[in-house]
This record gives sequence, structure tokens and C-alpha cells, in this order.
Amino acid sequence: MAETQTMREWLLAETPTSRRHAKISALYQGWLSFRSNTMAMIGLGILVLLVFIAAAAPLLSPHDPFVQDLGNRLAPLGTDGHIFGTDSLGRDILSRLIYGARITLYIVALVALIAPIAGLLVGTVSGYVGGWTDTVLMRITDIFLAFPRLVLALAFVAALGAGIENAVLAISLTAWPPYARIARAETLTIRSSDFISAIKLQGAGPLRIITKHIWPLCISSLIVRVTLDMAGIILAAAGLGFLGLGAQPPSPEWGAMISEGRRFILDYWWVATMPGLAIFTVSLAFNLLGDGLRDVLDPKAGE
Amino acid sequence: MNMLEVAGLNVWFGKNRDRVDAVKGATFDVGQGESFGLVGESGSGKSTILRAITGLAPNWSGTMTLGGKPIGKKRPKEFFKTVQMVFQDPYASLHPRHSVDQVLGETLHLHGFKDIDARVVKLLDDVGLGQKFRFRYPHQLSGGQRQRVAIARALAPEPELLLLDEPTSALDVSVQAEILNLLADLRNDRGLTYLMVSHDLSVVGHMCDRLAVMKDGEIVEILDVVALRAMDATHAYSRQLLEASL
Amino acid sequence: MMSTLLDVQNLWVRFPTRNGVFDAVRGVSFTLGRERLGIVGESGSGKSMTGRAILRLIRSPGIVEADQISLEGQDLMKLSEKDMRAVRGQRISMVMQDPKFSLNPVMTIGDQIIEAYRLHNSASKADAYNKSLEMLEAVSIRDAERVMRAYPHEMSGGMGQRIMIAMMLIPNPEILIADEPTSALDVSVQRQVLDIMDKLVKERGMGLIFISHDLNLVADFCDRVLIMYSGRIVEVCDADKLHEAKHPYTRGLLNSLPRLDAPRERLEVLERDPQWSEAPSVSGSE
Repeated sequence: MAETQTMREWLLAETPTSRRHAKISALYQGWLSFRSNTMAMIGLGILVLLVFIAAAAPLLSPHDPFVQDLGNRLAPLGTDGHIFGTDSLGRDILSRLIYGARITLYIVALVALIAPIAGLLVGTVSGYVGGWTDTVLMRITDIFLAFPRLVLALAFVAALGAGIENAVLAISLTAWPPYARIARAETLTIRSSDFISAIKLQGAGPLRIITKHIWPLCISSLIVRVTLDMAGIILAAAGLGFLGLGAQPPSPEWGAMISEGRRFILDYWWVATMPGLAIFTVSLAFNLLGDGLRDVLDPKAGE
Repeated sequence: MNMLEVAGLNVWFGKNRDRVDAVKGATFDVGQGESFGLVGESGSGKSTILRAITGLAPNWSGTMTLGGKPIGKKRPKEFFKTVQMVFQDPYASLHPRHSVDQVLGETLHLHGFKDIDARVVKLLDDVGLGQKFRFRYPHQLSGGQRQRVAIARALAPEPELLLLDEPTSALDVSVQAEILNLLADLRNDRGLTYLMVSHDLSVVGHMCDRLAVMKDGEIVEILDVVALRAMDATHAYSRQLLEASL
Repeated sequence: MMSTLLDVQNLWVRFPTRNGVFDAVRGVSFTLGRERLGIVGESGSGKSMTGRAILRLIRSPGIVEADQISLEGQDLMKLSEKDMRAVRGQRISMVMQDPKFSLNPVMTIGDQIIEAYRLHNSASKADAYNKSLEMLEAVSIRDAERVMRAYPHEMSGGMGQRIMIAMMLIPNPEILIADEPTSALDVSVQRQVLDIMDKLVKERGMGLIFISHDLNLVADFCDRVLIMYSGRIVEVCDADKLHEAKHPYTRGLLNSLPRLDAPRERLEVLERDPQWSEAPSVSGSE
């Protein structure tokens, strides 16, 4: 029987034969339902492409992104050797966009690591423990929520000094409160469910209940939320770059590139437009991906 | 000696003005190896008694003793090796992201068993599921199969007293018959004591030796099953329930 | 002997899924006169789907197919969605299992009933108010005026269900479809709600489709019973003869119930024969 079984049958088996088989099979079924969502697949495709471009930047970029050529500044689109033209210092815009993908990914990865994890910790502890802990943690969250996001980030960057790491930190610090709120709300409903009561009756302590029973259920909705927020995070990073508080020149960060191009926007529109389009495309890709993930991961929306 | 003695048990939720007394002065005992039923309509406090015994309803007064030893406010780990509970809705009592293997494995681990693999296999056989269900997730199981997993989980620490909270009310009648038979077999094989809550008099009449009828948080009458079948209830409310369930 | 209100022929409900098409209802035919018709079956037997399919309330991607679903000669399958909306509520009403989900939680019960009444009848506010009071009294609600001012969460399950029935009866429908209307209620309340439904159906000469998993309840309450299994009707019988049913599935269901008057060591377990789901659907036409 084992010989005639195809890979697909093994993956969709009704009766998994081992722990690993069951996990892989569950993942595969999620992938199948994700794959049927065309828009989400487009989003995923764009992001995979972005990762590839960032990884292979030295091979893909036609020029060095930092080399200036003042004799050939502000060359229009389609110039020989500079498909996307050059900027005010004669640097090739395409090459700068390609290297900028690395910075964008770096920001996205760091924020995606810091903010949801901080939010998850605060939210689940607050929701599960309740009482005073809840009140204190949630009021702190409220304080962070009450500040306008970019202003708070500005204040952090101003205090910590300009630079890409500080920008990431500032964005993360302003991004976690909504995640804490979501995680807490989910925890409150999960906390009173029968399966939590059941594991309590096996003598499980709060630490085990939070990490092994509540987290796995919160994480999926957080992942969806983070992916949908990614566009906003990229824009916030670009905004900080635009204001000169994020990545510092000559680093090819997309927001900083728009900021530079702003001065010539009327006569040389492509200098600001090309990085703008890049930001738009990646933000859109994250939104599409987030929508698709919600269909797969969110048990409430599904079925 | 009685397995469980409950005397003057009060359970309440909320405090001050919002206080709701769910159980008022409940007194009953369950003998070793006996199957005892708690019957009543929704809101009569029957499930709350089970939650008070297990500590899931923390506000209670009165005395409860388990095997002669009083139950305190905090329940030690050994308590859950003696008392286990099966919940009403098998769709809500299993973690949606944990496979059957994880559910049983974690329970066994928490109770300090070492031979977890062998025990998971044995438990699945005991509840009539078999090995092919071991690595399935709850959404791949029917209601009856889920309830079998929940029963296996409750049996994992080898308890003496099993609290059954409407174990079949969410199931189809044909599946109910299978689960009730399974519970009866397990009781015979392992000498378990049952405390079973149900709104269905015919289920309790089938499963239990004695039963208490509850109304508005109070036990109005304790009958044995012979009296129940003879429709020999003295309290007006029990008679009304009996008539409605024929 | 009876005029036929509803004639359903060869009804299918299909759901396309990743692993092919799933047929929830497979070629069911029955008729309904001015009677109480019970549909019993276990979860997944397609009984609720049948009830919803009559009103074409199957959510996409589900598909309803039928040779005909005719309501007094008018084929519902041929109606546009707009005309269908006029049929729902006006001519065929439906009562669901849990009244909590069917009532608007932020409107008083009185406002909801009045709104429903004025939607179907042109009446002044005062008239509608009086009519609503009458409706509540018709479903045996005492101090109806207080209930009119109350919000749904202040009502018990039994009260909620009575209010739902009152609302469903306002437009004076020809057919009432009740999907497990009493499963969420306690036994003593169950009886009262059923009595009210029974009285109204008799007085108004309505047809009632009563969908339930509870064999004894259906045997007690209905005139005729369809027993469904995996999307098909396996047996049709008169309700008072349900206990003499012949199909092994029906017999199995009856025998698996614990009974106070006939104690047994072990309950009988239903052995499912794959042939049951293959056999063609029995026609429930009178």
C-alpha cells in the first residue's frame, strides 16, 4: 500500500501515522486553502520576489548605489544604463531601490519580531491574571495608545538619536499596544472556555496555560494583524526617513529617497515617484497577504 | 466509607449587590463505587456543584470531604489524581489546535507519568477509539469521538471519582447510547464512582443508583432509582419533572 | 383529503468543496398539507438544510436544486430573489433554535414586534401597539405590556421563543417552519411552547414543518413524520405509529434511547448499514 501512495495522499491522510506527519499534513491543508486565494498568492509572490531581490542585490543592481556621477544627474526614465533614471547626485535609482529592499526588509523583520511579541506578552498576562495586574498593564497600554504614533516615534528618535535601529525601536514601541489589546481580548474569551478548565483540572499552572494553551490561539490573529499593519509600519519608517530621522544619507532607504526627491518633484517627478511606487507595491503585497492569511488562520472567519 | 460527602454547600458568584447564590445548602453523599445523579433544569445549580468540587467555582462555603479528608480552598495535585471531570460540550472542551496525542500526552506528563507513549495507546484503546485517531486534531473528529477523547483525558490520571457534566447532551441519541455504554463499562472495569449531572431523567435513571433533584439552587429531594422508576417522588417539583420526561 | 400547501419534488442541496461536491440533501420529495409534519434525523442528516432550502436560505457557495418547490401552485424555484423576500415571512415563516440570536439586542421587544407588524400591514402606531399586545397574549404571555418594554436579554429562553413565535405569526403565514424550536429549553417549558404552537397552527389552519432530533417529541406532537438519514428520507410514517417503524435506522434510534419504564443493562447501539444512504429517497408525498 505504501508504494502506491502518492505524496498528496500522504499529506492529506485522514489518519496521520506520527506526530510529524500530523503537523505537516495540517500545514499542507492550510497551504491548500491559502493557495486558492489568488490575491493572497499575488501578495506572497511579490514578497518572495522582494526577499530574492534583497538577497541578490549585488548581482542584480546594474550600478553601485552609492557612486555619484554629477555629470549625469537627474537623468530621466529610460536613459541608457539607468532605466529608472538617476537622482540629484547622479546615482542610479534602480540600484538604490534594489539595495533599499534590504533596509525595508530589515525594518519589517525587526518590528515584526519586537512589537507583536511584546504585545502578546503584555496582553495574555494581563488577560489571564486579571485584577490589579490587568489594570496596571492596560493603563500603560492606554498611555501609549493615546499618543499619535508618528509623534511618539519622533520623540523616541529625538531622544535616542537618528538612525535606522532607533527608528525601528521607536516604531516597535508605538506598535505594540494594539497587539496587547487584541491578545487580551482573545485571552478573556479563551480563559473561560472548557478546555482551559480541563487543563486546570490536570494541575497545570498559569505559566503553562498561557504559553502552551493561550498563545497558540492568539498568535494566528496577531500574525494576521501584523501583516495587515506591515504597510503602516513601512510607511512609518518611510515617514521617519522622509523627516530625516530614520535612515541617514547616503543610505538608500525608500522614505529617505522620496524626501530627497521632493525638492525636484515638479521638474523631475520620477526621483520621488519610483521609491514611492516601491513602497506602494510592498505595502499592497503585505495587505493582500494579510487578507489571505486571515481566511486561513482565523477560525472565526472560516468555516 | 463514602467517596464524597457534601454538607451545607453554598456557592455564589459576584459580590455585594450583584451576588447570585447558585447553590444553597446542598447536602448529599456519594458512596464508594456508587453512581449518583444530579437532576434539574438549567440554572438549578447542578453543574455549579461540580465546579465547586473541582475548585473552578472559587466562592463556596460549607464542608466537602473526599475519601474522609476535607477539601480545602486550594486543591493539591493529588486531588486531581482522585477526581476528574468530563465536560458537557466536547466541541468546547478540547483545545482546537492540539492533536489527540498532545492532549493525552500533556495530561499524562502533568501527572508525572513516565511511560507516556504506552499509556496514550492504552487510553485510546480503553475508550474505543484505537490508534488511527492518535494524531488527529479535534476538527477531524465527530462529536462522539471528541467526547471519547475527553473521557480518555479524564481517565489518564487513573481517578476514583469521575464528575460527569451532561456528558451526552450535545450528542445525537445513537452516539449518546455509545457513550453511556462506554461509561457504564469503564465503571464496571475500574470500580469508578460517578457523580453525574443531567437534565434528562431517563439518562440519569439509566446510569445512576441514586439521584438528587435540584430546583433554584436547592436539593428538593433525594431518590433512589427504584423510586424513580415507580414514579414514586414525594416532592411536587420532582413529580412534575418525571411527568414531563415520560 | 387535504389541500396541498407545499409540494417539494427532488430537492438537492450541494456544497462544492475542495474534495468534490458534498450533497447535504439528496433528492428529497414531500408534500405538506394543513398538518404538522415532523422531520427527524441526527446532526448531519440534512434536516435543517431541507427547511432552509425551502426558503432558499442556503448561504453561498451552497446550491439549491429542485424539480419544483411549489407553494400553492407557485414554483418558488422560479422566483427572483426580490419576490422570494416577499414569500419569506409573509407566506412562510421560520422559527430558529435559539431566540437570543434572532432578536435585536438593542431594541425593546415591543418596538421589534411593532416594526415587524407595520412592515407587513399599514397601520397606525397605536393600532400596531394594540395588535402586538394581542399577539403576545396569544402566545400566553402574561403582563404583555411589561414584556413590550423589556429588552431581549431580560427574557428567559422560553419567553424569548414565545416572542419569536408571536413575531413569526404576525403576517399570518400559510406555513411555519420550526427548526428545533424547543431544544434550547427545559422540558417543562418545552411543553408550554409546543402547546402554543399547536393551538395557533390549529386555529389558523397553517401547515407546520417541525424539524427536530427528538423522536419522542415528534411522535407526540406531529401528524406525520419523515425520517432523514444522510440527506435522504429513509422512512415516512404516521406519528402515532412511529414506535412501530420498520426501517432499521428508525428502529435503531428508538432503541438507543434510555427509558425510565424499561430499564436495560446496556443500551442498544446503532449499527449503520452503508446501504441506508444508497437506497433511493422515499417520497413523503401524501
